[in-house]
Amino acid sequence: MAWTKKDLLGLEDLSREEIELILTTAESFKEVSTREIKKVPALRGKTVVNLFYEPSTRTRVSFEVAAKRLSADVINIAASESSVRKGETLIDTGRNIEALKADIIVVRHNASGAAEMLARNVGISVVNAGDGWHEHPTQALLDIFTLKEKLGKIEGLKVTIVGDIAHSRVARSNIWGLTKLGAEVLVCAPKMLIPAAIEQMGACVTHNIDDALRDADAINVLRMQFERDEENAFPKQLGYFKNFGITEERLKKAKKNIIVMHPGPINRGIEISSEVADGLNSVILEQVTNGIAVRMSVLFLVAQGRDTKDATGNSPSL
Amino acid sequence: MTKNSKLLIKNGHIVDPANNLDMVADILIENSNISQVGNNIKLNNAKIIDATDKIVMPGLVDMHVHLREPGREDKETIASGTEAALKGGVTTVLAMPNTQPAVDCVENLRLLKSIIKETANANVFIVGAITKEREGKEFVDIAKLKKEGIAAISDDGSSVDNDKLMLKALIKAKEYKVLVICHCEDKLLTKNGAVNLGFTSTRLGLRGISNESEYKRVERDILLAERAKARLHIAHVSCRQSVELIAKAKRKGIRVTAETAPQYFSLSEEAVLRYDTNMKVNPPLRSKDDVDAIRQGLKDGVIDVIASDHAPHTKNEKDIEFERAEFGVIGLETELAVSITELVNKGILDWMGLVKKMALNPAKILGIYKPPHQFQDSKGILRNWCGGKGTLSVGSDADIIVVSPNKEWRVEKEGFASKSKNSAFLGRKLVGMVEYTICNGKVAYKL
Amino acid sequence: MREKAKILDKDTLNRTIMRIAHEILEKNKGTKELCLVGIRNRGVYIARRLADCIENIEKERIAVGALDITLYRDDLTLIAAQPLVRKTEIDFDLTDKNIVLVDDVLYTGRTVRAALDALIDLGRPKSIQLAVLIDRGHRELPIRADYVGKNIPTAQNEAIEVRLEEVDGQDEAVIMERD
Repeated sequence: MAWTKKDLLGLEDLSREEIELILTTAESFKEVSTREIKKVPALRGKTVVNLFYEPSTRTRVSFEVAAKRLSADVINIAASESSVRKGETLIDTGRNIEALKADIIVVRHNASGAAEMLARNVGISVVNAGDGWHEHPTQALLDIFTLKEKLGKIEGLKVTIVGDIAHSRVARSNIWGLTKLGAEVLVCAPKMLIPAAIEQMGACVTHNIDDALRDADAINVLRMQFERDEENAFPKQLGYFKNFGITEERLKKAKKNIIVMHPGPINRGIEISSEVADGLNSVILEQVTNGIAVRMSVLFLVAQGRDTKDATGNSPSL
Repeated sequence: MTKNSKLLIKNGHIVDPANNLDMVADILIENSNISQVGNNIKLNNAKIIDATDKIVMPGLVDMHVHLREPGREDKETIASGTEAALKGGVTTVLAMPNTQPAVDCVENLRLLKSIIKETANANVFIVGAITKEREGKEFVDIAKLKKEGIAAISDDGSSVDNDKLMLKALIKAKEYKVLVICHCEDKLLTKNGAVNLGFTSTRLGLRGISNESEYKRVERDILLAERAKARLHIAHVSCRQSVELIAKAKRKGIRVTAETAPQYFSLSEEAVLRYDTNMKVNPPLRSKDDVDAIRQGLKDGVIDVIASDHAPHTKNEKDIEFERAEFGVIGLETELAVSITELVNKGILDWMGLVKKMALNPAKILGIYKPPHQFQDSKGILRNWCGGKGTLSVGSDADIIVVSPNKEWRVEKEGFASKSKNSAFLGRKLVGMVEYTICNGKVAYKL
Repeated sequence: MREKAKILDKDTLNRTIMRIAHEILEKNKGTKELCLVGIRNRGVYIARRLADCIENIEKERIAVGALDITLYRDDLTLIAAQPLVRKTEIDFDLTDKNIVLVDDVLYTGRTVRAALDALIDLGRPKSIQLAVLIDRGHRELPIRADYVGKNIPTAQNEAIEVRLEEVDGQDEAVIMERD
């Protein structure tokens, strides 16, 4: 099957086959990062613009490395920069970037639906690097890629996601992707951090972390953010760690080879203990490595999605 | 307008629930009143409109419209808003007070009245605010406003949060015989929500607005109205629980009436799934079950009125990130067609029922319909008299529309007379087009 | 497209591969520093068969790698069907080796050019040679094969299809003609 979409906005809209295509293509790209010369000319001459309205180091750098390994030119635009501060709308910024004849915009924004709105209003490709609480498709894809690598398959796996599910785009994208590929997803959080009707997305719910860990093949630990307010933050953090923190003690009651994932950056001692984060079950750093391969795959396919529209009907002459 | 001008609408299917008329007949208009209703009216010097195969009904009375003037003339003006109304078959609108400045004192009311006098193309009645600046803190002078000329009071856009204050307002309103229209929303519960709470808010990653934020306030307002023995009208009902509370109140004999807008009986929360800001309304589009409840409520008579809640917004306020976009859609030009397409053509209401919801009931609630009474004319013959708006009775105001019930059309931005184009029905095919709108005896709009 | 003529049947095809294997050994004076890299997809199977032949002759197994050149193509924006990117699997060091690139059909030469770019990104081979089962002419770049199974002149509206048992269920090569 071929990739036909000009954008990657979320996993909700992708079919099982499309997700598998991204993952299979990512395998080839993983190999590129093991070479001496970590570059292929696939996107040579193409321009990728990272348009980040929310601060981010890891995702932005990951996309930058991925684009550069594909030989693309990369431009980074951060929200603090002048035009955005001057009040230019997202659509206007997008159109200006399009007028520069860039090929792909990788956008991160704090409003849910921002990526879709941008994609509707520009003709070039848009890749969603995280929009509000809505989706963070490349994160989920790299999580799933890592799981597949470690466990061989996704079908039938029991995956638990723990953390602030209600406000997490990583959780939503993971639920869509995992359920489409046949995994069983369990979300675990205190009551007010579970969003309404999440069961309709295909996930089961529990408020007890030990139940959540018991039969799980993998656990994805989400970052917990508390108010900057120093006074109230600490007891809340302690409370959360006590009830939901992933510690070695807790993992003892889980499967021996349970895979522990985290999208990063980790808050040691709040959602996950240092021992677990650095321990043998943790694949956190592998996720980062796989992130490059997955993002290379996404950028490569999305650049194609635009081009297939111009194609002639003839077979290639090679 | 020349003295004694005559307009004859021939051969149309007239629908007049006030007089229980549902038949083919002619209507003669002289100056600004209906002077005759009957068959084969023959007249030489009358202008004739051939209404064969068309529905002839009273001009619609839309009791929930935001005309935006004064203050936001970029979104809409009295002139453009009433022009849009006529295009949609609406001859009377009730203008909501959330303008800048709000209609919360006699000076502001006078200002609005003068603009209406100069520029309105249709009949405009005015709603005064309940509290100053609609802040929910200090009362307006209801007596003075009533004297100067308001048809009702409302803080629409907001609800009066303070129970004591609301009760006092209802008591005063009863004293001065003023209708209170309630926008039922507990802002502490809606809390920056953008869409219906549930699967939709979860999927879209947006804050949800629960049914509770509406029906809890409906419950409170009904309770307070009962205590004050005042009349209450509940605006834009959107969910099942609200319908049930209103039904219960009516059975108890409490004087409450209710309205809903076309979006609430034709669109459910699924319509928002692509972050289309033209589907962002307050209250939000609800679940399919709520939509069914609204339709049933219209059928059963629990909901008395269909009003558009016409809320124009400029492109700058709509073509932005969903959570930042303004709530509201325009509706004057589509409400009749949507109602025909979704209610009449789906067997929920017949034509009589439709005219009741969109003309007769609102006119009654606003007190601009005069109930029929008998009188003896100069020859001593007993005659019936009916007047005002929302009816085709002899003697009533000649606000009439001629509608092609089967004409299909597509809703396009370019087709709108309104200054703003934020319609929830863009791109949709609707059935039912207004051919003529007669307002105060004159043909004010022609297709 | 319809089949016009058969160029190689099963036996001829395999004998041709055997002959190429001998030629490779002759030119390279044995198996020292020698390795084969097949161009995906069918080139890989031919390379493996060549390695089998060489093993039979010299009793030594030389390394075989698989090269996917999709990411190096110069026509990614022009082709209709989107190519599937497959894995490059070369688990030996290319530096200072004599590499024989193997492909089924040599036509314009662009695939080989892409393969050369890919190989050089992977290491610094001592030399690169080219073995093809069929050369159909119409070169667009200055590329030539060191070992050719069969030279088959073709017209522009024709194509050559090499079928291998591992992939297509049978061994043969045919000329296809566009209607």
